[in-house]
Amino acid sequence: MNAPAAKPFVEFDRVQKSYDGETLVVKDLNLQMPKGEFLTMLGPSGSGKTTCLMMLAGFETATHGEIKLDGKPINNIPPHKRGIGMVFQNYALFPHMTVAENLAFPLDVRGEPKSDREARVRMALDMVQMGAFGARRPAQLSGGQRQRVALARALVFEPELVLMDEPLGALDKQLREHMQFEIKHLHERLGITVVYVTHDQTEALTMSDRVAVFNDGRIQQLAPPDELYERPQNSFVAGFIGENNRLEGTVEAIEADKAVVRLKSGEIIDATPVNVTQVGQDTLVSIRPERVEFKPEYFDPGAHTIEAEVLEFIYMGDSFRTRMRVAGHDDFVMKCRNMLGQQRLEPGRKLQISWHPQDARALDPM
Amino acid sequence: MTDAVAAAAPTTRATDGRLTTADGKPLKAALARAQARNKRRAFFLVVPLLLFVVVTFLVPIGQMLSMSVNNSAFYSWKDRDTGDTIPLMVDLRGWFNENEPGTEPDEAAYAALAAGLAHARDIKAIGQIGTRINYEVSGTRSLFTGTSRKAERMEPPYKEAILDADEEWADPEIWAAMRSASKAFTLDFYLAALDRTRDADGNIVKVDEERAVYILLFQRTFVLSALITLMTLILGFPIAHLLATLPLRHSNLLMILVLLPFWTSLLVRTTSWIVLLQSQGVVNDLWVASGLIDDGNRLQMIYNRTGTIIAMTHILLPFMVLPLYSVMRPIDPSYVRAARSLGATSWTAFRRVYLPQTVPGIGAGGLLVFILAVGYYITPALVGGSSGQLISNLIAFHMQKSLNWSLAAALASLLLGAVLLLYWLYDRLVGIDNLKLG
Ligand SMILES: Nc1ncnc2c1ncn2[C@@H]1O[C@H](COP(=O)(O)OP(=O)(O)OP(=O)(O)O)[C@@H](O)[C@H]1O
Ligand SMILES: [Mg+2]
Repeated sequence: MNAPAAKPFVEFDRVQKSYDGETLVVKDLNLQMPKGEFLTMLGPSGSGKTTCLMMLAGFETATHGEIKLDGKPINNIPPHKRGIGMVFQNYALFPHMTVAENLAFPLDVRGEPKSDREARVRMALDMVQMGAFGARRPAQLSGGQRQRVALARALVFEPELVLMDEPLGALDKQLREHMQFEIKHLHERLGITVVYVTHDQTEALTMSDRVAVFNDGRIQQLAPPDELYERPQNSFVAGFIGENNRLEGTVEAIEADKAVVRLKSGEIIDATPVNVTQVGQDTLVSIRPERVEFKPEYFDPGAHTIEAEVLEFIYMGDSFRTRMRVAGHDDFVMKCRNMLGQQRLEPGRKLQISWHPQDARALDPM
Repeated sequence: MTDAVAAAAPTTRATDGRLTTADGKPLKAALARAQARNKRRAFFLVVPLLLFVVVTFLVPIGQMLSMSVNNSAFYSWKDRDTGDTIPLMVDLRGWFNENEPGTEPDEAAYAALAAGLAHARDIKAIGQIGTRINYEVSGTRSLFTGTSRKAERMEPPYKEAILDADEEWADPEIWAAMRSASKAFTLDFYLAALDRTRDADGNIVKVDEERAVYILLFQRTFVLSALITLMTLILGFPIAHLLATLPLRHSNLLMILVLLPFWTSLLVRTTSWIVLLQSQGVVNDLWVASGLIDDGNRLQMIYNRTGTIIAMTHILLPFMVLPLYSVMRPIDPSYVRAARSLGATSWTAFRRVYLPQTVPGIGAGGLLVFILAVGYYITPALVGGSSGQLISNLIAFHMQKSLNWSLAAALASLLLGAVLLLYWLYDRLVGIDNLKLG
């Protein structure tokens, strides 16, 4: 686990938020961020991500709990004194100003002398490769260009903390990937702290130092991308991040790092207990498709095997996806790398499959 | 085989390179013909509206403009019974044509005048002639009727005979007035509407101080209208903002309150202002009761300029609120939030980010309220007293009381011109496309 630095830069302490006094949109949020971190909030629509950003930026007040910025409670600081750069979901570029005027705005309201202002605006525009567009109005830019201007505007006054609310949501795949790269690059170069909101999990995994998976107003898991992917802490995270096969069963036997699970259909498999503790508990075992093996030489000695029937073989270029029937489920997927000599399994074939017990995680049933 | 090709490709390229349809007609012509029918059909749908606008808007405005330069009262008479138009003062007009302005009227001129007066009296047109000249030189109406009674029996030399009948005929001002009244068209009504007149030599001069009312009234109308526009803006802006930002449930209620004045009769609203503001009215009573003013010093808030301003601000407020609201509604709150996060105080964010985006609404509302206020008639007439009268009240006076329609038309045309000028100015300063009415 990444232990947060001694003095967190951003801190949510038992924060709750309700808009209407009836339902909690954010329930008990605890989060600590060291300086310079790139943290992504990932979660389904309506899970409270924007609300968290708005509380941090000062446009909503927390109903309960405290938010601290650099050790100081933020509640008493008005938004314009927080020094937080923000990129809005809809860009929010001022339509009546040119691109250069938009960028000069934060410098202007801070009373920067005109000559410095121009130089910094030019630098910021060059940084996002928009140097030639200073005289245009936002309406005359494409979505990706607006995005870059919004980014430059949030960075031009050199805030230490930048919040980005689904900034790439409206872009096509290619531009999105390009912008992901650019944002990441800027983060590394400027050493800023970034809170990034998205519901694109690939984006979250590729860009972040840590990812906070939101659901139902709570952080379900807060971990670096690899840990999140490989060691999901509950079935929501397992299901939300990446592809995953789920098998339901009950715990038959349990040791320190190994659980034997009897599936509903009667088969026995091995798994790592994550949040099951007792024999007889219901559980949901999650296995990543790429960790499923069908060649006996790769089986873990002593691990249980289970019978599978191939239903479909899908050629994906870099990999093969094999859909099989396992323990009564038709949607069990195995993924193998397309390498020299890789076997293509034809439909109808029956075979034994297995996996390393570490790769099957026995989670709480949802 | 060829049929198949023609069907698959109904357009072919003629030898000159232009596209043609399958049967060889030029494609552009075919397209125009196909669209013409649709256009014609669409046009028929708007014909009633077009006719309505022409009949109720363009024709009256045209008539007003022609009325304002109409000079025919002195030289033509419309017979009520037969409907014929009979020329008057034919000889005198001839004499004016032949002689320079400022020429001393000679025997021929007086002879023509005597003949004209006799003829006019004969067909009962003398009143109209007298009234016309009376517009220019006041107190001359009786001169015409009086002399015309004797004109029939006059003998040469006519100059003596006429001067015998009334000395005043020697006044060169009367002759100058008659000369200008004989022209086919005149701008004299415009001169009068601008407090100007012609002296005996035909030069344009200001009228006497005590008779000069129109320019003062124009000024007052524009100043008061500007003030009322400003007041509606100051009062309407926060309401419109509230309307645009409140949740729909509450904003609907507020909207009803804003529109309420529209659903009440103008007269009812105006009279209720009288009830509220008169010196024995509700507001004064409250102030006296609360000890703010004592009973002897009740404030005069109605039947004067204050009354006009208050009542008209109230009546015109919705015309400001609605355009503002329609502009503010789609302004995303994230703009102001962005400005705040970029370091602007709430005032700076309002001034530099929110306000500029509402300019089309301010322009539309301001223009609408101002134009309505400039032409407002009923409210100033009811609550304006004498110091709260506007130019439209004077136009109405000339239409209904003094029956000087031409002057009324000239005043109205000037008002129309001023409004158009304003429109042009707005276009120059803000841009007419920067106008959002709803
Ligand atoms: N101003 C508001 N008033 C009342 N409820 C609100 C308001 N803003 C958001 N909510 C509610 O709070 C919940 C969380 O909203 P939020 O905008 O934080 O979600 P989100 O995670 O950003 O979703 P998305 O991914 O769709 O942007 C939603 O159920 C939403 O309906
Ligand atoms: Mg959101």
